[in-house]
Amino acid sequence: MTDLAPMKLDEALKPPRNQWWDVWDQFKTHKGALIGAFVLGVLVLAVVAGPLFWRIDPAFIEPDAVKMIRSRNQGFSLAHPFGTDQLGRDMLARMIAGGKVSLAVGLVAMLISIFIGTTIGVLAGYFKRLDGPLMRMTDLFLALPLLPLLLVMVMLFRETLAGMFGPELGTFFLIVFAIGVTSWMQAARIVRGEVLALKEREFVLAARSIGTPSRRVILRHILPNVMSPIMVAATLGIASAIITESALSFLGLGFPPDFPTWGRLLFDGVEYMTQFPDRVIWPGLAISLTVLSVNYIGDGLRDALDPRIRGR
Amino acid sequence: MKLKTALLGAAAAFAMAPAAFAERGADGQLNIIYWQAPSILNPYLSSGTKDVESASMVLEPLAGFNEKGEVIPRLVTEVPTVENGGVSADLTSITWKLTPGLLWSDGTPVTSADAVFTWQYCTHPEGGCAQAARYEGVTSVEAPDDLTIKVNFAAPKPNPYQAFVGATSPLLQAKQFAECLGAKAPECTAANFGPIGTGPFMVTEFKTNDTVQMVANPNYRDPAKPAFASVNFKGGGDAQAAARSVLETGEFDYAWNPQLAPEVLAGMEAAGKGKVFAAFGTLVERIEINMTDPDPALPEGMRSTAAHPHPILSDIRVRQALSMAIDRNLLVEVGYGSSGRATCNLVPAPELYASDNTGCLTQDIEGAKKLLEEAGWMPGADGIREKDGKKLKLLYQSSTNAVRQDFQALVKGWWNEIGIEVELKNVDASVFFGGDPGSPDTFQKFYADVEMYANNFDGTDPEPYLAQYTCEKAPKPESQWQGENINRFCDPAYDALVAELGKTGEMAKRGEIARQLNDMLTKDSFVVIPLVDRGRTSAASNTLGGVVMNAWDSELWNTSDWYRVK
Amino acid sequence: MLTFTIRRLLLAIPTLLFISLIIFLLLDMAPGSPMSQIPLTVPLEVRLKMIEALGANDPIFFRYINWLHKFFVIEPLHVFDGLFGTTFAGDSLRELSWQSRSPVADVIAQRIPQTLTVIGMSYLLGILIALPIGIYSAYRQYSWFDQLGTFISMIGFSVPTFFTGVLLIVVFSVKLHWFPSIYDTTLKVTDWASFGKQVKQMTMPVAVLGLYNAAQISRYMRSSMLENLTQDYVRTARAKGLSERVVVLKHVLRNSLIPVVTVIALGIPTIFGGAIITEQVFKVNGLGQLLITAIYANDLPMVQTLTFIFAVLIVLFNLVADILYGILDPRIRYD
Repeated sequence: MTDLAPMKLDEALKPPRNQWWDVWDQFKTHKGALIGAFVLGVLVLAVVAGPLFWRIDPAFIEPDAVKMIRSRNQGFSLAHPFGTDQLGRDMLARMIAGGKVSLAVGLVAMLISIFIGTTIGVLAGYFKRLDGPLMRMTDLFLALPLLPLLLVMVMLFRETLAGMFGPELGTFFLIVFAIGVTSWMQAARIVRGEVLALKEREFVLAARSIGTPSRRVILRHILPNVMSPIMVAATLGIASAIITESALSFLGLGFPPDFPTWGRLLFDGVEYMTQFPDRVIWPGLAISLTVLSVNYIGDGLRDALDPRIRGR
Repeated sequence: MKLKTALLGAAAAFAMAPAAFAERGADGQLNIIYWQAPSILNPYLSSGTKDVESASMVLEPLAGFNEKGEVIPRLVTEVPTVENGGVSADLTSITWKLTPGLLWSDGTPVTSADAVFTWQYCTHPEGGCAQAARYEGVTSVEAPDDLTIKVNFAAPKPNPYQAFVGATSPLLQAKQFAECLGAKAPECTAANFGPIGTGPFMVTEFKTNDTVQMVANPNYRDPAKPAFASVNFKGGGDAQAAARSVLETGEFDYAWNPQLAPEVLAGMEAAGKGKVFAAFGTLVERIEINMTDPDPALPEGMRSTAAHPHPILSDIRVRQALSMAIDRNLLVEVGYGSSGRATCNLVPAPELYASDNTGCLTQDIEGAKKLLEEAGWMPGADGIREKDGKKLKLLYQSSTNAVRQDFQALVKGWWNEIGIEVELKNVDASVFFGGDPGSPDTFQKFYADVEMYANNFDGTDPEPYLAQYTCEKAPKPESQWQGENINRFCDPAYDALVAELGKTGEMAKRGEIARQLNDMLTKDSFVVIPLVDRGRTSAASNTLGGVVMNAWDSELWNTSDWYRVK
Repeated sequence: MLTFTIRRLLLAIPTLLFISLIIFLLLDMAPGSPMSQIPLTVPLEVRLKMIEALGANDPIFFRYINWLHKFFVIEPLHVFDGLFGTTFAGDSLRELSWQSRSPVADVIAQRIPQTLTVIGMSYLLGILIALPIGIYSAYRQYSWFDQLGTFISMIGFSVPTFFTGVLLIVVFSVKLHWFPSIYDTTLKVTDWASFGKQVKQMTMPVAVLGLYNAAQISRYMRSSMLENLTQDYVRTARAKGLSERVVVLKHVLRNSLIPVVTVIALGIPTIFGGAIITEQVFKVNGLGQLLITAIYANDLPMVQTLTFIFAVLIVLFNLVADILYGILDPRIRYD
């Protein structure tokens, strides 16, 4: 949205007032967005700085048999605020370790899928020549059976990526890539539909008639107007990325089995739901909080980026 | 139909006054749930447990196994042995005598021609019969008269109870399957989905991978049985839902294999609606050790082959240390509860073949550390042992399964304790056991240092099972990675002993050789680290009577005796 | 528009053929074999024989042509024979599943009713709930109704169905005994009593899936309405003195429907694809359960046929969506 050339002129004439300040001002007035940003910030801080304060190893199992049996399936205690799991591992430490992966996977995979989806959607909607091939490709991706596709991707790329980046980072790239590549289609279809309609609007026609190059029409006129469905797709995308990651790990296509993630903790906890309900409450709560806060941030951001609302 | 059933039942009640309390079809509907749904009711076309066991309520073999692993007659007057002359003295033939008057559920008589046909059906070269192993070594099946079946073997068979014994080789009706030989077998959908049998029930409706509806067989040989008039056999879902429907909500009477954490199962049992039954067979959860080098740096086609022995695990002391560090009793406690037993044997049963080896049952962390030090692995700076600048690091893989992942975490903990770095990996079961030579993740390819899974043998004779560990059976690229000697163990003495077992007919001697073979793989060489002897489990409602768990045959082997507790 | 539709339909044929080829290659490449679920006790030679009998070892090109022939020639002939009692198909071999050795088409036909009633109903319910909620939430942005709607729909979307499903079963089946925990696929609705039973066993799966679908659709509806409510034409309409009702429900709604139509059009094929997890949790043995068991068992004929039908529906409904765009916004031209 920013265009640098005229901005420099402005800077020379007026006191520096970046338009992002306007956006921030508007964003600040959105209470939900602020709370959302705060909650997300706390979650991120907890998983990043948490291990510095809570020093229990999430994979630690009491080596002594008698102690180990006693330490299983514990409820709340000072030593284990979130209790322990069926092997006596500390749940708080596992939540912290799991959050790091889940948040990273959720955010990055969402960004990838939104980026691919928006690019394809805009190109298909705006350029008639590209519409056919790109949309047929979208149909193809929608039709491909997910599980065999993922199995093939893992088979082809796991060892190469693990060799290049080490097992953990390699798996991370693989998962993020796999989720991103298999979840952009909805966003693409939605964006394309909107662009098809926008393209015929007066302001776009006007911009084109004065000879504005396509690139600038897209960046300045089209993209800002498709922000709201993109924002929705982004929020929903985080939730499904976190859940998809758990399904992948569960199937053995993702992280090693002793590597906790929120989705996986929730999945494993379902078996114990009736006896130890906190086993599902904590991961469920963490995922819901993340999605809710991203949603409110998205709401606020959308309002703040819309010049028609801004300044009202 | 119902009238006929009722009349028969009534007639039976008059005929046998003492058994008057038992009347065919008096107990209403039996509800069974298998969380893996049956796909087909012809065990000769699919050997999946779900298919074989659901079919076993309809199709019967000549003889089966009881809960102790003994051969019991089903369609025959007695079990042939050398003593009663049924098995020839040179062990090259066995003669079965059908019970006179037996009827198929459609009312036609069962004859020896059906047995001859069944043999032809399964041994047809284009049929792809799933139970062909049951008929291996059979040169011909003869029918001297309507009730006599003579099975001839190519060579002396110390264990003649293979063909027509157990739920995996039942009798098919020749009339129904006459048009279904060889390549035509899969085309007979109606017959494959509704086989006519001699069992206590007959199929009325079959929806593949979903449900089987059955009613009592009006021509069943015991006029007072079965007690249930109909069966609703539901398939699909997951183990927990199946267990819950029996133990907590009471919607079903019997659930197959409720494989859940012991504490979860105990919590469900506490609802008081049903119980969990277990029976022990030969299924052993074990860690197999790769005797060859799976290093990804080796060129493809060289990894995990006999050309490159494993740099760490070729040393018996390291293998022994791995075994010593494991607390098997704790594994049982965490993963299986009462349906598992710690074991040091590859062949845990039957008694004749089970070695008395219990040395591994006590964990010995200190001893394991000492052994590693003897082998030259000294603690490094970060607690991981090193030798010649090389770290003691292992990749430990298994299939995806909640209990296996818990086991992996526990074992990793103990191995970390003795200074071994462990990387875990789990692979989806359909890939792990799939055997696709193109996939790097199959258990045969074994691109890992150690791997864990469970295996057992069919019936009561361990010979083919132990013969899997001979040198030439190692999976290798030339054989498309097919082969059963997963850990590429190779010992000429072992191969010689396996050959000797194949020639021995005397039971006591066979037992002795089998035990020796078992020990060579376990306590003498530690190439197989047995962990848990896993029982078969099922959940049954308190209102269901007559359930006897059987680990040697279909667990639905005695549904004719099941009744409603009132 | 008509020429556009016809052209797209014609174009769909090569597209679908291409998609079917890609799916076929993908499935063939995926690791796993049809032998993965048979016990390890079955010896190697027997396994190899079984694979041979399935025809799984034939060259891939041969198998693909064979599948095309069966799908496009033999199966339609069988359907025709079934409808009119003719015998055009004769005894030509139909496409058989590797798992059950029965014709793939018959199994699929057996599953469609279950899936359509349960999954279709939940989708319909989802749309019916989502549209009014989305519209009203946008119209009264940041009212308590909007906040509550946002909260519930976000929870509905972020908590996976494998969790909500089991939770409902624990509460309503185990504790309260209101609904059965196992769906009875053999139940035939013949009278009021069996209808009541059917409603009872459908309640929980429909509720779980309906919430999930409603959450998603209402978010798109709301955001799109919000976008349009601030447009100039709305001000114009109001200035003309049109009633609020007409402004919102005629002008704004119609212009906001494009993303919603896209989402719904993408959703309808997934009804036929079944909801794998929900079907698994409630034991509704529909198409989703069929697909997932076929994938696990590497039953390629079944997976290929199901995914291809799915692909046809996707192409078809995306075309429907494109046509609807033109109706909703006449300025959109494809010619």
